[in-house]
Amino acid sequence: MSRSLSHSLGLFHPGDSVVHRTPAGPKLALLVAAAVGTYWLDSPVRVGYAALGVAALFALARIPVRVAWTQVRPLLLLVVVLGAFQTLVAGWRAAVVIVGALVLLAALAALVTLTTRTTALVDTVVRVLGPFRRVGVDPERIGLLLALGIRAVPVVAGFAAQIRDAQRARGLTASPTAFAVPLIVRSLRHADAQGEALVARGLED
Amino acid sequence: MPLIEFERVSHDYGVGATRGRPVVRDLDLRLSERRIGIIGGNGSGKSTFARMFNALIVPTSGTVRVDGLDTRKQARDVRRRVGFCFADPDAQIVMPTVAEDVAFGLRRRGLTKDEIDARVDSVLARFGLAGHRDHPAHLLSGGQKQLLALASVLVTTPQVLVMDEPTTLLDLANTRMLTRTLADLDEQLVVVTHDLDLVAGFDRVLVFEDGTISCDATPDIAIAHYLALHEVPR
Repeated sequence: MSRSLSHSLGLFHPGDSVVHRTPAGPKLALLVAAAVGTYWLDSPVRVGYAALGVAALFALARIPVRVAWTQVRPLLLLVVVLGAFQTLVAGWRAAVVIVGALVLLAALAALVTLTTRTTALVDTVVRVLGPFRRVGVDPERIGLLLALGIRAVPVVAGFAAQIRDAQRARGLTASPTAFAVPLIVRSLRHADAQGEALVARGLED
Repeated sequence: MPLIEFERVSHDYGVGATRGRPVVRDLDLRLSERRIGIIGGNGSGKSTFARMFNALIVPTSGTVRVDGLDTRKQARDVRRRVGFCFADPDAQIVMPTVAEDVAFGLRRRGLTKDEIDARVDSVLARFGLAGHRDHPAHLLSGGQKQLLALASVLVTTPQVLVMDEPTTLLDLANTRMLTRTLADLDEQLVVVTHDLDLVAGFDRVLVFEDGTISCDATPDIAIAHYLALHEVPR
């Protein structure tokens, strides 16, 4: 994962567009509706129309093309593998429909996080999960997990970039183990330190 | 200034190489000065000592009291009085954007959104971060991240601020900026550091050595003692 990707993946992109001004609740509801709506994406033509619609929403939100591209780029490998598999077993039309629906939903989800402050997302999740307190659900804790998850994306991406740089500096060739082990260790250490910081900042209140 | 008391305080992590060997031993002291520095070598116990101020670490024996509150029994109340800044601000920043991170500590304090916004705007302006309100926190420079960590703690209006090696990751310009910022704070300040210049103007400096305080004096005496310990000419 490159540094440029870590800089913009899934993070709030400030703006004053109508998409930014739309409250988090309706945006999340529309995202759920869009997920249900993929049931009717049954042909490449419909996928094409849906793609135009998603592109229009990105334009309406005034999200730069570079930022929009970084949202879907991590899916490239999955798109290639899944697309090839579906083409082999079900034909190219099915491949376009399935892969297209997946990419469009990921793009829409990214649009929600790009145009919504994390606190607004957290508040909405806490509000929606409120009734589940009776069965032992802690909405605030789930909301905090959501926020920490979003915050962790650039942090872990930064670790990955630093480890790659360190490997290159030492002349090491790409090794999944030599990459994964320090990444996991650093991520766990960071999680430990962040846990301590959360306590210091009064999370137990 | 709040009175901070350590009574016969020792702490043993009980794991690894230090098992059975307390990291800090038999500390007895009272701290009421406005600016307190803590210096010492790596592994001397100073960071463990600092974490006892706001009950991040509760000593295995002895008692720590802040403003009369026992950190063992009243940790929540103690943490409302004592803010803590870590050496690595990245570990402390928990929200994606600058303003959201500053607001994080206020979320469970029963304040209205307008009150939270006003306090966030005020503290961001105070630390020169107003122009970065909606910026992703991880894109700030090292100095700005340290200021953000400081702002996020001070927005909750603690009486005491404890900082663990605040200049370790900073360059000269950012170190000077942070030093000036700390000099202007009204809160009682406890700083653990290897930066001897940072504590030169403080009221009291403690030198840690092998889990105990080997010197407790004014900065010039304490720094001279520390340099002599390590035979560093100045």
